Amino acid sequence: MSNPVIEVDNLGKRYRIGANKERYLSLRDELTKWAARLVRRGSPTKQEFWALQDVSFAVEQGETLGIIGRNGAGKSTLLKLLSKITYPTTGKIVRRGRVASLLEVGTGFHPELTGRENIYLNGAILGMTRREIARKFDEIVAFSEIEHFLDTPVKRYSSGMYVRLAFAVAAHLEPEVLVVDEVLAVGDVDFQKKCLGKMSDVASAGRTVLFVSHNMAAVSQLCKRGMVLADGRLVYDGGVDGALTRYTQGGMDCGGDFVFRPPPVVRQGDETACVTRVYLTGHSGQVSDLFYVGEQLTVNFDLHFFEPAPEFQMSFAVRSSLGTPIYHCVSRDEPSGLFAGSEGPVTVSATFPYNKLYPGRYVIDEIWVGTGKRKMLYFSSGAGIPFHVPDSSPHVHRPLPPHRAIIHEIPTWQAVAPASRE
Amino acid sequence: MRLHLAKQEGCSRLMPTYEDIIVPPKKFVSIDWGELWQYRDLFLVFAWRDIAVRYKQTALGVGWAIFQPLITIIIISFIFGTLMHRTSGDDTPYPIFVCVGQILWLYFSTALNDASNSMVLNAQMIQKIYFPRLIVPATAVTTHLIDLAVASLILIVMMIYYGYKPLPVGYLLIPVLILCSFTAALGIGLFLAAINVKYRDVRYALPFFIQIMMFLTPVIYPANILDQHPLVKTLMIWLNPMTGVITNARAGIIRYGPFDWYSLGASLIASFVYLLLGLYYFRSTERYFADIV
Repeated sequence: MSNPVIEVDNLGKRYRIGANKERYLSLRDELTKWAARLVRRGSPTKQEFWALQDVSFAVEQGETLGIIGRNGAGKSTLLKLLSKITYPTTGKIVRRGRVASLLEVGTGFHPELTGRENIYLNGAILGMTRREIARKFDEIVAFSEIEHFLDTPVKRYSSGMYVRLAFAVAAHLEPEVLVVDEVLAVGDVDFQKKCLGKMSDVASAGRTVLFVSHNMAAVSQLCKRGMVLADGRLVYDGGVDGALTRYTQGGMDCGGDFVFRPPPVVRQGDETACVTRVYLTGHSGQVSDLFYVGEQLTVNFDLHFFEPAPEFQMSFAVRSSLGTPIYHCVSRDEPSGLFAGSEGPVTVSATFPYNKLYPGRYVIDEIWVGTGKRKMLYFSSGAGIPFHVPDSSPHVHRPLPPHRAIIHEIPTWQAVAPASRE
Repeated sequence: MRLHLAKQEGCSRLMPTYEDIIVPPKKFVSIDWGELWQYRDLFLVFAWRDIAVRYKQTALGVGWAIFQPLITIIIISFIFGTLMHRTSGDDTPYPIFVCVGQILWLYFSTALNDASNSMVLNAQMIQKIYFPRLIVPATAVTTHLIDLAVASLILIVMMIYYGYKPLPVGYLLIPVLILCSFTAALGIGLFLAAINVKYRDVRYALPFFIQIMMFLTPVIYPANILDQHPLVKTLMIWLNPMTGVITNARAGIIRYGPFDWYSLGASLIASFVYLLLGLYYFRSTERYFADIV
C-alpha cells in the first residue's frame, strides 16, 4: 500500500466573468469601471463563476483515468490546476512524482527553428533534460516519420508533419504521471492509432495517465477508471464503462420522453417548425426507454409548424454509448410529400419494426429540422434521449452480452449435406 | 474514493520523495531557488532559442548587432558633434565619447523592452505548461548580453583607432557596470512584464518611456553639465541607474573624467532596489498570469 500519486481535496476554481473573457484590459477600462463603482455604490459589478467546485479524488500509481464531460464542464480547468498552470481558489492538490502535462501538442514550437531544434526546445519545455532528449532523439525522429525534413524550419511543414513531430516528442516523455488533454483529436487516423498505442504502452509500463478526450472509444480503450464532470462538479467516479454510460445519459434520465417546449408554442426567429417533444414508444404505443431486441421501436417527434412547408426535412441519429453513430435517419429517404399540408401541431414517427440494436445503452441525438438552409439542431452529439436494450429478449433464444456487437442480425442459416459424388 | 492522510506513515519509502502541494496562493510567495535550479536547462534552452531566432532569415544576421549602434553613433556624432559643435567637454573625441554611452544604453533599453514584452509574447506557452515564470524575463535580459558583446567590437575598434587604453581599475569595473545594467533592466523589466500581462498599455507607453529616459541619461552629453541643476542631477543619479554606469564606464574605459564613486554607489543601490521591487511585484501577481494573459 502506498500513497496515491495524486490527491485532490475539495478543489475549487472561481473565475470572474469578464476577467477571463476580455482578452485584454486597458488602464482606462479599469478607471471607467472604478468610477462607475463609485457612482453606483454598493452594487457589485463583478460576476463570479465556479469553473470547478468541491472536487475530490485520489489516483493511485499505475492507474489510467479518463476524464469526460461536455464542453465547459471543467475538464480543462482541472487539468490546468493539476499541471500547476493556474492556482485553485479553494482546496488542495498533492502531487507525488514527476508530472508532465500535455495540454497541447507542440507547446512552444518556434516556426523559425528547424525540426531538429524544435525537438530540443519542446523537449525542454515538457521537462526533459538535454541528455534525455539526446538519448531519445533517434527514436523521436523515427516515430515522427519526418527524417527528411529535420533541418527544415517547421513553418514550412504541413500541419500533419507538424503534429507528428510534436506528438513524437511528447510521446517520449517518461514522467511518473502523464496528464493529457484532447491531443489525439489531431492527425490522420493511422497516426492517431499509433499515438493511442504509445499511450497504452505508457500506461502498461506502470505509469499513471490522466486522459481527457471526446473520443469515447479512445477513453474506453485506454482507461480502466472514468470520471464524469458536469458543471464543474464531479458527478461520477468509477469504472470506465459506468462513466461512459453516465456521460451518454448526460444525467437526463427522462424515461424515453423529453419535452422541449410545453404549449403554448411561440415561434422563435424565422423557424419553419420546432420540435416540442420527443418520445419513444413500443408496439403497444406505451412510452418507454427500454426496448428488447426484436421488439418494435418508434421514435416520435411532436412538431409545431408555423407555416406550410412542403420542402421541410428532418433527421436524427442513433448513437452507441461510446459515441459511435449507428443510424442516421433522414426523412428525405421516404418518398416526398411527407410534410405536404403540414400545419400547426404534427406528430412525426419513425418506426423500426424489428429492433436490431445489441443489448446496451443508446441515445437519440442530433435532431435536425428545417427547410433549406434554415435548419435547427436539437441535441448535439452524445446529448440526447437515452434508451436501453436489455440483455435478454423474448425474441432471441440465448442471453446476449451487452455491447458484444452493435447489430443483432439473424442471417439465414443452412446446413446441407455435400452433393453426393456417386 | 477519497483517501485520507492516515496512511501516510510507514510506506513512504516506496514513493518518490518529491511531493508537491498546490494550495490557493498567499499574497506573496518567496522565490523557490531549488525549483529555479531544477529548471536551469529550460533557461538555457530559452536563451539559445532567443539567440537562434533573433537574426533568422535576415540578410545581415548578427551584423544587425553592430549596424544598429554604429549608425546611431555616426548620426549622433554628425548632428551633435559636427553640426552643433558639441564636444565631450575635454579633448576626448566626441564619437568615442558617444560610443561608450550608446552601447551601454542600447543594451539596457533593448533588454528592458524585451523583458517587458516577454510574458505577453510567450502567452500561448504560459497558458499550456508550467515552469517558473521568472525564467522568461530573465532570459530576455540575459540574451542581450551577447548583442552587447558584439557591439563592444565597435568600441574596441575605435579605441585602437584613437589610441585609448582602459585604466587597470576599468577592467575590474566592467563586470560591475554590466551587472548593474543587468540588474536594473531585469528589475524594471519584471515589474513592467507583470503589468503588461494585465494592462496592455505598457506596450504603447514603453517605447515612449524609453525614449524619454534616453534624454535623461548622459548618453550624448556628460553628466557634469548638470552641475548647475543639483536637484535634477540628484534625481538622475538616484532614479536612473544608467547615469552612474555610463559616467564610470567613461572614466574607466576611455579615461574620461574622474571616477564618480557616489553615482556608482547610487546606481548599484537603485538597481538592486528595482530588482527587489520587480521580483516582489512579479511574484505576487504571477499566479494569475495564465488566467488573464
